Amino acid sequence: MIRINCPFCGERDHSEFTYGGDGTIDYPALDASIEDWHEAVFQRENIRGMQTETWHHVNGCRAWLLVERDTMTHEIRSVRAAHPGMAKVLEKAI
Amino acid sequence: MTAIRLEKRGRIDPNSPLTFTWDGKKLAGYEGDTLASALLANNEQVLGRSFKYHRPRGIMSAGVEESGAIVSIGEGNRHEANVKATTLELYEGLVANGQNAWPNVRTDVGAINGLFSRFFSAGFYYKTFMGLPPFEWGSGTWLWMQYEKLIRKAAGMGTASREPDPDCYDHAHAFCDVLVVGSGPAGLHAAHSAAKAGKDVILVEQDFELGGDYLNQMSGEAESKRVSLIKALEKAGAHIMTRTTAFGLYDYGTAGLLERVTDHHSIKSKFQPRQRFWTVRAGATILATGALERTFAFGNNDRPGIMTVSSAKTYLNRYGVLAGRRIVVSTNNDSAYSTAAELAAAGAHTVFLDARESTNKANTSMLESAGAELRNGFAPLEAAGSKGIHGVQLASVDGKGWRASEYESCDLLLVSGGWSPVVNLLSHRGVKPVWNAEQACFVPAKSDEAIAMAGSAAGIWDTARCEQSGEIAVKQLLGSENTGSLPKPGDLKSKIKPVYEISVPGKKIKSFVDPQHDVTADDIRLAHQEGFVSVEHLKRYTTLGMATDQGKVGNVIGLALMADALGKEIPEVGTTTFRPPYTPVSIGALTGRNTGTHFKPLRRTPMHEWNLRNNAVMTDAGLWHRPWYFPAKGETISEAYVREATISRQTVGICDVSSLGKIAVQGPDASEFLNRIYTNAFAKLAIGKARYGIMLRDDGIVLDDGTTWRLSENDFLMTTTTAHAGKVMVWLEELLQVRWPDLKVHVTSVSDQWGAVSIAGPKARDTIATCLENANSISAENLPFMGVKPIRLKGEIDGLIARISFSGELAYEVYVPAGYGDAMMDLLWPAVKAAGGCLYGLEALGALRIEKGHVTGAELDGRVSIDDAGLGSMASKKKSYIGSSLQQRPEFLREDRPRLVGIFPKDRKQTFNGGSILCRSEKVSGHGDGWITAVTHSPALGHWIGIGYMSGGHELWTGKNVIAADPVRDSEVEVEIVSPHMFDAKGERMHD
Repeated sequence: MIRINCPFCGERDHSEFTYGGDGTIDYPALDASIEDWHEAVFQRENIRGMQTETWHHVNGCRAWLLVERDTMTHEIRSVRAAHPGMAKVLEKAI
Repeated sequence: MTAIRLEKRGRIDPNSPLTFTWDGKKLAGYEGDTLASALLANNEQVLGRSFKYHRPRGIMSAGVEESGAIVSIGEGNRHEANVKATTLELYEGLVANGQNAWPNVRTDVGAINGLFSRFFSAGFYYKTFMGLPPFEWGSGTWLWMQYEKLIRKAAGMGTASREPDPDCYDHAHAFCDVLVVGSGPAGLHAAHSAAKAGKDVILVEQDFELGGDYLNQMSGEAESKRVSLIKALEKAGAHIMTRTTAFGLYDYGTAGLLERVTDHHSIKSKFQPRQRFWTVRAGATILATGALERTFAFGNNDRPGIMTVSSAKTYLNRYGVLAGRRIVVSTNNDSAYSTAAELAAAGAHTVFLDARESTNKANTSMLESAGAELRNGFAPLEAAGSKGIHGVQLASVDGKGWRASEYESCDLLLVSGGWSPVVNLLSHRGVKPVWNAEQACFVPAKSDEAIAMAGSAAGIWDTARCEQSGEIAVKQLLGSENTGSLPKPGDLKSKIKPVYEISVPGKKIKSFVDPQHDVTADDIRLAHQEGFVSVEHLKRYTTLGMATDQGKVGNVIGLALMADALGKEIPEVGTTTFRPPYTPVSIGALTGRNTGTHFKPLRRTPMHEWNLRNNAVMTDAGLWHRPWYFPAKGETISEAYVREATISRQTVGICDVSSLGKIAVQGPDASEFLNRIYTNAFAKLAIGKARYGIMLRDDGIVLDDGTTWRLSENDFLMTTTTAHAGKVMVWLEELLQVRWPDLKVHVTSVSDQWGAVSIAGPKARDTIATCLENANSISAENLPFMGVKPIRLKGEIDGLIARISFSGELAYEVYVPAGYGDAMMDLLWPAVKAAGGCLYGLEALGALRIEKGHVTGAELDGRVSIDDAGLGSMASKKKSYIGSSLQQRPEFLREDRPRLVGIFPKDRKQTFNGGSILCRSEKVSGHGDGWITAVTHSPALGHWIGIGYMSGGHELWTGKNVIAADPVRDSEVEVEIVSPHMFDAKGERMHD
């Protein structure tokens, strides 16, 4: 029953979105070692509290978003486009 | 119990009589009745049978907390079980029946269970499924399996209809500033306050009448207040919903409501939904959900003729039914007095027992003037009677306990053990209620969200203060100034005396805590003896509070008894968490319109109608309908696909492949992007060329495969499998937006923009050429293998052609804009026919690809590496790509990994099943050494073949005895493991 304020479309029901995953991962270069990739793909924090995660507005504008959400309360602190260029443009537009 | 309907009493409409049927008997009631009040007025006492012991049960309450009067209603496909008679609005022609009894609830053979009650004690199911106590006798034996069937048959209450539901259900959404749940004194005042302040208000009431406790009052004053408030609310524009239950509260001020739209109609409308499932988003929520009266546990406290005090008041004042003539009222608090006085005044002989040793003056004189007899320090010990009561053995206070006292004859026993505020909805939000020892009840704690409780739901008992609390709660939520403070819980003149169970030492009695699930006070103690200390475990072990009423009345009594057994206070034992729904919600309402063909969207290719006109039999492929086969007259599916596959290899076949995923990948960095996501090289793909590519996930597992066509320097058309089109699109978007935002690439799904056919077979080129404006444009020189180019079909239809092959034949895919799909087929099909060719469907396509060992979703099942799928040569060693690192994980490098193989039956006349497990012949058990993913009859080879995975690959298994075992369908076939490339292994045919 979460509502996400998509920077492009406005406030929408969570059913328009799909959950991506941890939004803080720095993916290693494609030729990085197995260990680095293992770390990035399999090692996840299970955060209780605020976490940054990716959501996809799949039944909307199809933007990938970075959402700061409290995993305990579902409170959403911030939403921005994951693409830095897009985020910049949208911030300016507001 | 000898109930009578009083004249000129209550809110029923004496001018609107209704007839209904109870267990085959025609009875009369009135507009405004519930089924329970009408049955009561007709002196029907035994309305149900209990869950385990089949004890006779009657009306115990007048609301949603009902545990006794649970019946089945309706007939045929509208049959519904476990309906509470106390909340069911009576309508003309209602058909209701008793349940969980044979032959009927009045004479039930199952009552014999009561004699064996010591076997049905707490944990009955856990114990019996382990075997018969004390030595787990019979566990695991044949006899035991039969016994289990009997238990399964006996378990459960009513039976559901096995016919499809004839009704439809709607989903609806609404928004408001303030949602008020409950329309009693607190709710009406809260809603009125909010509406007056200009707020958008939704008021929800589960009953068919607004007013809550106002409806139970005798005084005209309550009624006029109710009417004027409703008028004011309507005038202020509040949205009022009766027959609507707020069954759950969720995040962000969301409430789930169930509106019963036509349940109370005699004739069900064709054009209205039966129920509506509402998702309401409220800025603020007021829960004026009231309180439920508890009883206490004493001997035979479940007998018909025993109910709560407040329900007798409801039946008297709202429905005009005096439920008994000789009444014993038992209480431990002040709330029962006015009811007793009203009952006495209505002509009932009333004996009033107060467990407390004194009564204040006002209450004493109220009873006196009504002619009721007051006895302090008394309570019922055991009710006498079976299908109704004829008296009650009393107990009198003896120090901290009780001792047996005199017998009092009566036909109705009313009990008030205190009140439990309905904190359920707030509990859904994770707010645990707090035990208030003074009031002997759980009261709501404060919520951090914009949710407030008001009225008796907040433990406030006095009507005037309930009204006040509704107004203040709204003002506080809306942030008004000078709201005053909310009234504190509890405001009756004398303190309640907590009483949960009446018993005397040495006397064996059966006293129920949760009558609906036949949980007794002894069961709670037994659970404690057996080591259950957590209330959550207690609940599951005894099934306390797990019946359809979800422990609305029994939970607090159960907790109190557990606390007593543990020697603790109630708050130390805890409370069980209430979860949605508050009252049962039909599955139909949850499903809404998403049933049958509306369960999921249907996707049709641009040539759908064309395929149907040409005799296609369709099959589901994900959301798509695709041609399965095109039977000639009298052909079976097997005959049809074998013919289609044969002709496609001999001359030419044509197949609709529009459902393939198509993604336009465009931009200056498009080739770099493709080079990163495909395992093979794409950077140097020439314009006008297609390439087959494999994509991996980050973890090195194969994601999808398909061809990508370079249309110009910066313009690529990617094709994906039908199944993974959506997934791949999402993946590309994620990579471009989240991971590689510096890449200048744009992706667009164009799956629906193109109509596509595959034309395969030795005569494919010649056939297509006859349909082109320029036949020469696709000659072997002008369009070599894996070439792509724009073409113009006759009739000036512009499209694309690619020389690619899935079937292993000389083959082309022709794409035209979706709107030209039909026109393209009308052009190509006559040419194919003229060449002796045919249409082919998914089944023949499968046969052709299995012969070639080409993989699809059945093989790329999210568990296999690129090497497993036999595509290791597609993994570039010169570059890095998504998954290139983790595909080197040790697990993926094991020699015994499953590898793609072909499968032949040893005896070529035999066949075997898809999904079979491949085992070495000396060990046909367990998970085997591999599995079969797909099976077909191969026209090219003349026998059945399969494709699948086998540990270590086919070379390892040459000459070994392997069994294709299908234990589910009981078949074992000897097979040979061969190379997956079973036909034209060198691929000469498609290069012609």
